[in-house]
Amino acid sequence: MSARVLKSVISLCLALLAGCAILFPLPAAGSPPQTTAPEELLKLSGDIGHPGGRLVVSLRAEPKTLNPLTAVDAPSREVILGAMQADLIHINRGTQLTEPALAKSWKVSPDGLQYSLTLRKGLRFSDGHPVDADDVLFSFRVYLDENVHATQRDLLIIGGKPLTVRKIDSWTVVFQLPKPYGVGERLFDGLAILPRHLLEKTYAEGQLAQAWPVSTSPSQWAGLGPFRLKEYVPGQKLVLERNPYYWKTDSNGNRLPYLSELVFLFVPSADAQVLRFQSGETDVISRLGAENFSALARQQRGYTMADAGPGLEYNFLFFNLNDLNEKVSAEVAGRQKWFREIKFRQAVSAAIDREAIVRLVYQGRGAPLWGPVTPGNRRWVDASVAHSPRSIEKARGLLKEASFSWSAGPDGSTTLLDAAGKPVEFSILTSSSNADRTKMANLIQDDLKQLGMRVQVVPLEFRSLIDRVTQTKEYEACVLGLASFDADPNSDMNVWLSSGGTHLWNPSQSRPATAWESEIDRLMEQQLAVTSFAQRKKLYDSVQEILAENQPMIFLASPDILVGAKNTVGNFRPAVLEPYILWNVEQLYLKSSTENSGR
Amino acid sequence: MSRRQVTRWLGALAVLHALILCAGFFAPNDPEEQDRERPYLAPVKIHFVDSQGHFHLRPFVYPTRLQTGSFDQFEEDNSTPLPLRFVVAGPRYRLLGFIPCRRHLFGTDGARLYLLGSDAYGRDLFSRILYGGQISLLAGLLGATITLSLGAGIGAIAGYYGGWRDAVLMRTAELFVALPWLYLLFGLRAFLPLTVGPLEAFFLVVAVIGAVGWARPARLVRGVVLSAKERDFVRAARGFGASDRYLLFRHILPQTSSVLLTQAALLVPQFVLAEMTLSFLGLGVPEPVPSWGNLLASLQQYSVLISYWWMYLPALAVVPFFLGYLGLASALQEEGGTGKIEEAPGGSPL
Repeated sequence: MSARVLKSVISLCLALLAGCAILFPLPAAGSPPQTTAPEELLKLSGDIGHPGGRLVVSLRAEPKTLNPLTAVDAPSREVILGAMQADLIHINRGTQLTEPALAKSWKVSPDGLQYSLTLRKGLRFSDGHPVDADDVLFSFRVYLDENVHATQRDLLIIGGKPLTVRKIDSWTVVFQLPKPYGVGERLFDGLAILPRHLLEKTYAEGQLAQAWPVSTSPSQWAGLGPFRLKEYVPGQKLVLERNPYYWKTDSNGNRLPYLSELVFLFVPSADAQVLRFQSGETDVISRLGAENFSALARQQRGYTMADAGPGLEYNFLFFNLNDLNEKVSAEVAGRQKWFREIKFRQAVSAAIDREAIVRLVYQGRGAPLWGPVTPGNRRWVDASVAHSPRSIEKARGLLKEASFSWSAGPDGSTTLLDAAGKPVEFSILTSSSNADRTKMANLIQDDLKQLGMRVQVVPLEFRSLIDRVTQTKEYEACVLGLASFDADPNSDMNVWLSSGGTHLWNPSQSRPATAWESEIDRLMEQQLAVTSFAQRKKLYDSVQEILAENQPMIFLASPDILVGAKNTVGNFRPAVLEPYILWNVEQLYLKSSTENSGR
Repeated sequence: MSRRQVTRWLGALAVLHALILCAGFFAPNDPEEQDRERPYLAPVKIHFVDSQGHFHLRPFVYPTRLQTGSFDQFEEDNSTPLPLRFVVAGPRYRLLGFIPCRRHLFGTDGARLYLLGSDAYGRDLFSRILYGGQISLLAGLLGATITLSLGAGIGAIAGYYGGWRDAVLMRTAELFVALPWLYLLFGLRAFLPLTVGPLEAFFLVVAVIGAVGWARPARLVRGVVLSAKERDFVRAARGFGASDRYLLFRHILPQTSSVLLTQAALLVPQFVLAEMTLSFLGLGVPEPVPSWGNLLASLQQYSVLISYWWMYLPALAVVPFFLGYLGLASALQEEGGTGKIEEAPGGSPL
């Protein structure tokens, strides 16, 4: 009898214990003592991996800094935002939607001006120091401080006024926006929360911009990302190790990340990166050109190549529409009357064989473009922008309407003449280091030859090209590409606003030069202020339609995001947003970690 | 014996140059015309036996088309063989640069013939090699002419007059040898107007390689002049009151002729190579005009290097020309006897 009771008590206890185990998974062996209540960790779905192992990735250049405040170069951003730091609310690179990160939940006031964010309790920096609302306040104070010159500052100034941050209690902060802001909570993506205990003194001394160079000692560095600093070898590599305090688990409750080390090798050229990947020195490769991609795909030696579809990069041809001083560059100014003619630009656009660009430049791994929003940006692309196929006939018609004419040469060639009888000839600049764009320009040259235009392609070193386009303005036309860092139109504000520095065809205007540019300005400002997605989409669609009508940029094509990984890399799910492979680095694992860790 | 060798080499070179000179006739296609359906097409297979196993005396080719789902894999269409024909009508060109013409040595009716395959834009590589030779060889020949006239003039003045003129000219020559030409060229390009047409670019390249290389022939000529002006018959002529001008042109310069000829045979290939280097680096003739250098430029891409072997062929095209010139140089040297080459010819002047 008593034994029976005892038995049932024991079984009850066991059941309770089991329940506890389900509700509160025990921390994985080897992780530091936990004060974090388990429900405050973020659980991710995905394959369950093995802990351990080392993933080797190549970077095009050495990161210039580990300081999120001053990082502008792509390698620094990739290392810092991808692996070392974390933000309050994060944009999931796979779904392109926001999801909770350091803030486990947030509430927006009905007028859209107030965001109150609740932090996860019990978070710790990678050095074990606890995190609370004061760290958030400190981070935003630093971002907004004019003397720090943080790159993030512009993002936090809305309608000319900075947002303000208030602490409610240790786990709740309230962000007050001066005006409604269409981007909403996406604003918080990429804004790392900095360790107050390490940086406050440097900040007080006014040295914050110089803090955290790549050579920082690991003890002086802390973050909230999946990996923390371990070792930096100048000119060779940056080694990160697993952050034992990271705040995500897999669906079984194992603390992430799986990998124990993440190594960034500095490999300067794309071809060298391919060779390293081929020889097995690196485990993943991204930013592949189509030709290298197919060369690798053809050999298939223990790796998987993946085409993630069109990314956000858009390539385009644009003409110099700046208000030029006649004396400085009379020749260019003389040609500008063609470039300013909308029908001329439309004719050029109609004559360009975009399908051929996709086929010959990207080997079919890309998408032709008629607007700046690529098919990869599923939420924002405007389906009503016409995808007019190439038509030399239409182009000739447009030119005729704009009173251009043709004269026939003796050997059957034709020359396009403007109303004054001057032959139409101009040059297109391309970056000599970018073989893809040079190839596009060569195809355009041949396309326009059929309209009788004499075009010359001038490959120029990238820096002097940018100097010509944005500073001296001594150019006629140029092929360039831009890659938005986020799918939201807000990331391209600088390109479409006539006052923007990246408004390439006529940058930094004091007031819009044309009616359609001022209409774009109005629409872009307006979409920033409304908060419903449907309304913003409608406004941005109008922008896309105005661009398609006026062709200040003649959009050409967008390359697919081409990546590869060894077959041993688990949870390999490339995204079309940066960082293409490492966006879920905390979930990546090596399928046979014993083999690989021995390397 | 060696005179016969000289004529033999000269004959071979004449044939090769005629081939390049009449590129329009020998090339089946327009070198700049793109065929966007056929990028990186492998050299065409020439058949004698058709798909039914019948033998044909007249060789034929099959038209190619892109395999579906691929970008550089092609398949032959066995149903319509295209026989090779000689002296066919094709795209217009100008023979020797001025005679309008449509006849080509060989080709097929209806389809373009890719004897050596096509490049990234579907342009015929064989035609581009022939046309590219016009640019590269002309640059070499013109450059060598400029260099030799400069070298002979400067060397003769330095050697004949001696003294401070000699010192100044020879120090300048040393300076020219020592300058890092490639980097200067990159600098020079930055100062030039942005858009340099193909013709201007060509003459720029010629002027540059011609002006750079004069130091070596100048030294050689100076050496010959130094020894020649002390010869007895020259002293005798001077004794009879011959002017400097008479002495130089009548007695001294003729003695440098064998040195100059040998130098010419050595310099032409060297300058062709220099033009190729410049074009390879993007400082030469711009696309789409072909030259041997910019035909090779696509090999800078790793994927082209490993995937399309026929893109190497332009490099082989120079081999017979270089062999011809170097053979001619050694035959000339043997024949000349007296005009020894004191210095081993170094690498390219760049």
